[in-house]
Amino acid sequence: MTEEMVEANTPGLLDRRQFAAGAAALAFLSLAAGPLSAQVTEPAWQQMLKNLVGDAKPIEGKVTLELPEIAENGNTVPLTVSVDSPMTPTDYVRAIHVIATENPQPGVATFRFSPLSGKASAATRMRLARTQEVIGLAELSDGRFLLGRRTVKVTIGGCGG
Amino acid sequence: MNKPRVKLPDAAKAGDLIEVKTLISHVMETGQRKDPEGKVIPRNIINSFSATFAGNEVFKADLQPGISANPYLSFFMKVPGPGEFEFTWVEDGGNKVVEKIKLNVT
Repeated sequence: MTEEMVEANTPGLLDRRQFAAGAAALAFLSLAAGPLSAQVTEPAWQQMLKNLVGDAKPIEGKVTLELPEIAENGNTVPLTVSVDSPMTPTDYVRAIHVIATENPQPGVATFRFSPLSGKASAATRMRLARTQEVIGLAELSDGRFLLGRRTVKVTIGGCGG
Repeated sequence: MNKPRVKLPDAAKAGDLIEVKTLISHVMETGQRKDPEGKVIPRNIINSFSATFAGNEVFKADLQPGISANPYLSFFMKVPGPGEFEFTWVEDGGNKVVEKIKLNVT
C-alpha cells in the first residue's frame, strides 16, 4: 500500500481538513458577495436561456404554446407546444425546450424531434408553482432559434413543498 | 413504474401523419418536497422517454421535475411504412420500461 492510499483511507482526517477549508472559503465568499449579489444574480431561467442560445437572437412569436389562461391546479397543467415547420431532412425542428420562469427549477422538458416526426408538436402535463410566463424555445436544423411565450394564472401552485 | 399505456390509430397508411399518446404511472417526486419530519424526499422521476420506429428515432423527451406525476406525452409521426414502435421510459437510477407495439400499416 502506498502512502497516498493510506491517506485516502483515513477519511476522518481529510474530511476535517476539507471542512475547515470549505468553511473558511464560504465565510469569505458570503462576505465578499453580500450586498453585490442581489444586483448581479439574474433569474435561473435567464441563465438557462443564455446557455441554450449562446449569442443567437431567437425570433419571437414563432413557437405556439397552448396552455390554459387560468390553471386551477398547478400540479397538472396541460401543455401543447408546436412550431410550423415542413419537417423535411433539410429543414426541421431539432428540439423545443419548455421553460417555466417562476418554477424552483425552470427547465421543464426538452422535446427532440426528427424528420420522421412529420409535425413539430408535443403535448404533456406540467407543474407550475405560481402564476408565471412559460417559454418555448425551438432549435431549428439550420441553427436558428424561435421563441414563444405565454402567461398562465395559477390558482393553487404545484411543485409541493 | 407500472405498465405504460400507449394509444395508436387502429390502422394507418404509409405517408399518414399519426398521433401517438403515451401514459405511465409514476410519482415524479420533485426532490423539493419534505416529509412530516422535515427531511427532503429524494428526487425520483422519469428523466427520459424515447420512441423509435423500425429502429429509427422518432421522438425523445428529456424530462425534469416540472413534469406532472403519471407523465403523459404525445407526439406525431409520418408513417414511413410498416414497422414496430419501441418506447423506452428511464427512471432516475437507470430502471427502464420498454414497450414494443407494431403499427397496423395497411
